[in-house]
Amino acid sequence: MNKPFAITLDVGSSLANLTGSWRTSKPVYVDRIPPCNMTCPAGEDIQGWLYHAESGDYRAAWEHLMRENPLPAIMGRACYHTCESACNRGQLDTAVSIHAVERFLGDLAIKEGWLITDKAPPTGKKVLVIGAGPSGLSASYHLARLGHAVTLCDAGPLPGGMMRFGIPKYRLPREVLDAEIGRIVALGVELKLNTKIDDIPKAMKDGGYDACFAAVGAHLAKRVDIPAPDAARILDAVSVLRHMETGEEPPMLGRRVIVYGGGNTAMDVARTAKRLGAEAMVVYRRTREQMPAHDFEVREAEEEGVVMHWLRTVKQVDEASFTVEKMTIGADGWPQPTGEFETIEADTLVLALGQEVDTTVLSKIDGVKVTRDGTIQVDQGMMTGYPGLFAGGDMVPSDRTVTVAVGHGKKAARNIDSWLKGASFAPTPRHGLATFERLNPWYYTDAPKTVQPTLDILRRRTSFEEIHSGLDETNALFEARRCLSCGNCFECDNCFGVCPDNAVIKLGPGKRFDFNYDFCKGCGICAAECPCGAIDMVPEEK
Amino acid sequence: MPNETVQPIKFYQTGTLTVGNRLLDPEKRTVQASGERTNAITSGHRACQGCGEALGARYALDAAMRATGNRVVAVNATGCLEVFTTPYPETAWQLPWLHSLFGNAAAVASGVAAAMRAKGRPEVRVIAQGGDGGTTDIGFGCLSGMFERNDDVLYICYDNEAYMNTGVQRSSATPPAARTATTPAVGDKPGNVFGTGKNLPLIAMAHGIPYVATASVADLRDLEAKVQKAMTIRGARYIHVFVPCPLGWGSASQDTIKLARLAIESGLFPVFEAEYGEVVRSRAIRRKVPVEDYLKPQRRFAHLFKAGKPDVDRIARLQAVADANIKRFNLLRPDGDA
Repeated sequence: MNKPFAITLDVGSSLANLTGSWRTSKPVYVDRIPPCNMTCPAGEDIQGWLYHAESGDYRAAWEHLMRENPLPAIMGRACYHTCESACNRGQLDTAVSIHAVERFLGDLAIKEGWLITDKAPPTGKKVLVIGAGPSGLSASYHLARLGHAVTLCDAGPLPGGMMRFGIPKYRLPREVLDAEIGRIVALGVELKLNTKIDDIPKAMKDGGYDACFAAVGAHLAKRVDIPAPDAARILDAVSVLRHMETGEEPPMLGRRVIVYGGGNTAMDVARTAKRLGAEAMVVYRRTREQMPAHDFEVREAEEEGVVMHWLRTVKQVDEASFTVEKMTIGADGWPQPTGEFETIEADTLVLALGQEVDTTVLSKIDGVKVTRDGTIQVDQGMMTGYPGLFAGGDMVPSDRTVTVAVGHGKKAARNIDSWLKGASFAPTPRHGLATFERLNPWYYTDAPKTVQPTLDILRRRTSFEEIHSGLDETNALFEARRCLSCGNCFECDNCFGVCPDNAVIKLGPGKRFDFNYDFCKGCGICAAECPCGAIDMVPEEK
Repeated sequence: MPNETVQPIKFYQTGTLTVGNRLLDPEKRTVQASGERTNAITSGHRACQGCGEALGARYALDAAMRATGNRVVAVNATGCLEVFTTPYPETAWQLPWLHSLFGNAAAVASGVAAAMRAKGRPEVRVIAQGGDGGTTDIGFGCLSGMFERNDDVLYICYDNEAYMNTGVQRSSATPPAARTATTPAVGDKPGNVFGTGKNLPLIAMAHGIPYVATASVADLRDLEAKVQKAMTIRGARYIHVFVPCPLGWGSASQDTIKLARLAIESGLFPVFEAEYGEVVRSRAIRRKVPVEDYLKPQRRFAHLFKAGKPDVDRIARLQAVADANIKRFNLLRPDGDA
């Protein structure tokens, strides 16, 4: 009895009270899929690579990006970045310029000569890839990283497909294209150019290939019958753009060129014609709002002096003038002829009415089905009806963009890999969407006013692509740090700080946090104050 | 009033508003972001779910311990903070801690400071703390004396605007219109009456003491900076910390920080600093909100928002209180929009 007056018990600690027993609901850390990742046709983990870029670790960011997409420098230029339309930051101020950071990482990798070296051990399996466009290149890259021996054949003289023969240089410089293709070849992919394969089953058998991925694209130009004298100059957009790459001389266009069509290819060819010194005009049968071309492409074309004629169809071509008919939009939303005609002075017509797939090689193979719109039918795993023959890119039903093609290549590669192992590919189940409503935007500051205007100009410039330069490191870092990290913990320590019960355990850099459920009373402040919505409150079991 | 930001560094992803930031230099991170923080109040204390006072006291004392190399003694007034941390024989405190009576914390702290001086240990600093009841009402005489003598004590008041420990009775810090056990929401003027109560930070300033500040659990960096600053000053200092009380206010436990934030952003709780009786700095409103945004989530103000019959007149009078604060402390400035 050595205690002071009126004291009968030893001093105890409150740690004896496991206040976690009060809890009716508990916080749990979750990962949600950010809207950028959700919409990316190539399945990039955008938030994931931006996380590394934010801390200035560009190599790690690039390697993270390269897990899904082998062509970041191309993608940062040629992709129509649906991610940015979906970006939650757009609801705060403006979307993160994801493509600009991607391009910065891609260009930095080329400049620094970074290579991907980690490959799975050789599997002993051989895969034939037909078509060295974005889809075929992507498939080859992923198959090579998975340890398969890949032969990539292309009928053309140079690899790249539509990236070379469809996208003009001012949007995608060829040295960038060559560098990223070169890196895929350096991975051990055997590239065979000027090699057209007419009998795929035979080529597979003769070459000892265990599987084949066909991605020959869609390069047959759609035609339309327009009355014209024999001397009229009528070309198609695909040939014009292709000729820009392969011809010694630029294509023979006249002085006043009419491009007929309203897609991105029409814009490309009109802007190319303009750059070749011609007067370029676009004739499209519907309104600007209905054009399939992206708004910025139309805007840039107009800024460059391309003249647009909406609601017109070409009825008659003569040597020095074209007759066009005015159209009107009917109640059903489709253009209707009005019977009113106009004359436009012009000497060349370039048809940009879309492209079709050359199905002759594939359609004769047993089991391969051609859909009604002339594309190749594939199952969920990108396989045709012929076992071991997969297809992707523009030749299967899809949105025809470079990014979709790259995504097809990856998906096909993963399915081919599983098929070769006798398994079926099961994609990782996706998390729920990280919506804007789940964020606590209080914690995201606006950019300081002194920096923001400069950035706006930069962002505008970078969306002009090659016409203007890319981001420098300061701007790329700034832009990366604008990412809200929607739905994925970025270790801001908020949960750790705001817990009145010290029930959040900090695990150290890169390891995130854990809850101490012995003491967590389930108040939910951590979930409410998590900036990025990475904590859910779930009811306790009874 | 010149404005100085507490942390000049801006990180665009999170600004300086989150507790930590992996992109910030370690020495510029908050005390609370550190895995080595002292946790002045350890786990297992019996505060309600979402207690603002438990949080505010840990924020303040961890910062004081960091600033003094853990040479701090805390003297506590009676109140929730005392009761939930020290049910006999347990304690949640990780520093020397005394409790005497409801009303004498400031006097006891003055005595501890004198004792330390007498023992030749002036490096040991003294903090007195209490709730708004123990500070603005019951302990007010002792506190005023401590100020008047300029004793070397930092007094921290955790203001949750009523006597929560004893069952939510009105204090002189209870805001107008708030329902408490002693100001029920009945009659033609439900809740606390307008035109009563004390503004203790202004009273403290009137004593001309070296340092007076208000702070909030909604702005950790500001709170830590003020405690650190107070620990560099000798003499009487006073910090008034706004701490929402889910139980007494009838608010959801997860809304504690949100409500503290809305109190600042509406102008109802001005955050400022004063030296020797003069206001020298205030924290600008960042995203201005009407007082309704702050009042609506709290059941103590529910009588103002009866379905179909909102008490427009008294909501407007509360808005006028906020507007007067905004004017008096210059809370709406261009630099607030960051």
